[in-house]
Amino acid sequence: MSSGIEAQVLQPYKYGFVTDIESDVVPPGLSEDVIRLISTKKGEPEWMLEWRLKAYRHWLKMPEPHWSNVTYGPIDYQAISYYAAPKQRPKLESLDQVDPKLIETFEKLGIPIEERKRLAGVAVDAVFDSVSVATTFRETLARQGIIFCAISEAIREHPDLVRKYLGSVVPHNDNFFAALNSAVFTDGSFAYIPKGVRCPLELSTYFRINASSTGQFERTLIVAEEGSHVSYLEGCSAPVRDENQLHAAVVELVALDDATIKYSTIQNWYPGDEEGRGGIFNFVTKRGACRGRNSKISWTQVETGSAITWKYPGCILQGDNSIGEFYSVAVTNQRQQADTGTKMIHMGKNTRSTIVSKGISAGRGQNTYRGLVKILKGAEHARNYSQCDSMLIGDKCGAHTFPYIDVRNSTAIMEHEASTSKIGEDQIFYAKQRGLSAEDAVSMIVNGFCKEVFKELPMEFAVEAQRLLGISLEGSVG
Amino acid sequence: MTGKGKRERENVLLEIRDLHATVEGREILKGVDLVVHTGEVHAIMGPNGSGKSTLAQVLAGHPGYTVTAGSALYEGKDLLAMTPEVRAREGVFLAFQYPVAIRGITNAYFLRFAVNAIRKHRGEEELGPVEFMDALEEKLKVIGWDDSYLNRPVNDGFSGGEKKRNEILQLAVLEPKLAILDETDSGLDIDALKTVAQTVEKLRRPHNATVIVTHYYRILTHIQPDVVHVLSAGRIVKSGGKELAVELEEKGYDWIREVA
Repeated sequence: MSSGIEAQVLQPYKYGFVTDIESDVVPPGLSEDVIRLISTKKGEPEWMLEWRLKAYRHWLKMPEPHWSNVTYGPIDYQAISYYAAPKQRPKLESLDQVDPKLIETFEKLGIPIEERKRLAGVAVDAVFDSVSVATTFRETLARQGIIFCAISEAIREHPDLVRKYLGSVVPHNDNFFAALNSAVFTDGSFAYIPKGVRCPLELSTYFRINASSTGQFERTLIVAEEGSHVSYLEGCSAPVRDENQLHAAVVELVALDDATIKYSTIQNWYPGDEEGRGGIFNFVTKRGACRGRNSKISWTQVETGSAITWKYPGCILQGDNSIGEFYSVAVTNQRQQADTGTKMIHMGKNTRSTIVSKGISAGRGQNTYRGLVKILKGAEHARNYSQCDSMLIGDKCGAHTFPYIDVRNSTAIMEHEASTSKIGEDQIFYAKQRGLSAEDAVSMIVNGFCKEVFKELPMEFAVEAQRLLGISLEGSVG
Repeated sequence: MTGKGKRERENVLLEIRDLHATVEGREILKGVDLVVHTGEVHAIMGPNGSGKSTLAQVLAGHPGYTVTAGSALYEGKDLLAMTPEVRAREGVFLAFQYPVAIRGITNAYFLRFAVNAIRKHRGEEELGPVEFMDALEEKLKVIGWDDSYLNRPVNDGFSGGEKKRNEILQLAVLEPKLAILDETDSGLDIDALKTVAQTVEKLRRPHNATVIVTHYYRILTHIQPDVVHVLSAGRIVKSGGKELAVELEEKGYDWIREVA
């Protein structure tokens, strides 16, 4: 065994199993008919269908974007199935009617949805392919007026709320993948926190892709009314397959006066194998609007999976004194590529934003930070602090940083720090000389590097994130 | 060989025979012989470039060095066949000349990780954070240090002297059987040197041994070495008692080179 630091055979992806369940799958292809079919299957009102079709017609005229620092072959949008659901969709009111195979699947993923096994303090919406199969703790939340349910259900049950906010942060024609999502989105979560309510539980959605040749197009909408507070977490995984699967999600957050939304992501989609075969294309649009005064939106993401990640969770800081935060750890190993970062758009007075990005590249991974900080003319005394750190493991990977700064108000204060470091043989040797294995040494060094981000995660998930990071870097050091 | 009287075979902790080692194809060690018994403190002195640090690194298993000939037995086992981490878990400790920084990881966490790796190797139960802190407090009391280092990230932002002190803290906590101090005295002011040396002296036990690699005599005014060796051009050319160190201090290394 070579003593140098180099990529070695990886541990297999631990969430790569397939659930054998009969699915209702719409044949591959995209057309107005398919969209009508999805809308019908979801029992949607007419306005929703019209909105989808408007997005679709716009999408047809848009070119697929290729400005990001990633490479992949052409995507055949007609070869993808846009709807897959386990047959005999259970009634959400009763978990007894959920297919045991689904319960078992989520349990294997560490997401127990049965009453007696539930995670304390966490309400979970479990999404399997194109449908939400269960949402826990609904009654507990409802007592405080909090709505937490599948978005398809919200469209039927709370049409006024959905209609008011859907597309208000990410319009149907925002970008190519967002437009596609607007046309074909199937499920996702909806959360509504009423005025002055502090959500007593962590809200969480777990997305699982199971069916092959399908895409997952989920849509999440979170609305925090005046003075409310919510912490939300999403997790995801997918089976090991040789084909690439498209995941094009849209997340919209709206924070009104004095409201706070904390949104955390642990993304662990199948990354593909060491040769770069298979894996999820994770092309996601996430954006939060701090509409109210003193509102705050905080994004924390730990991105370890996917063949390609393309996402820039951003904040539009409209309200005076509003705050936007972005804390990110992105890992690329093997042949994974990530082009990720954030957009902070300062519009209101005294708006503040903080960006802390940690990129880790191993194997032949390519990791790009791309961020935009824009201070508009009316944003008096806006402040931004950005910190972008890259860590390289081995000598075949790459780290890239593209910080865009656009300041149109001279009272703004901007700070930007960046660093690139390499896990050195000396660092590993030092840890080994104290008795640590190479794997433990790397995991420790990387966790130390990411500490500023991990401390932003809800307690229940910080441990999971550290563990995941260890797994995704296993074997990256000889 | 060591100049010390004959000992029982079972007291031999480290036995190096005709050790040759290269770095980037260049031979640095050209036949080192050294025997260390338990309870002993050895000093290895020598001019710059004589191979002192190379010897320390080779014993710890640094991957940048290649052993081309010779042997090293540790407790009768083939030390050179062990990975660096196994050597560490078996009780070989190297205090680094240039300690490495680890961002975001506190000393306390790092130490517990190391202690538990060693305990696990011995088949002992790993210590939880609370138990470990209790044990650590005890240890700090023994060596008379405060706990100001514990919550700082490992060597991150430490001065040169603090890094060296931190190595000695690790030494005290890990309680190795064989401690190798690679120029721990360089970069220390007089007071720090004294503290470090006294700590090493306090940690002396009948069952452990210390090898001090140094350029200077001054650390030996605080630690009593049993044996002093002079390493020159990759070989131990002279061994003796403490008086040899005094002689080196007075005459420098040139006369040794002539003798060699």
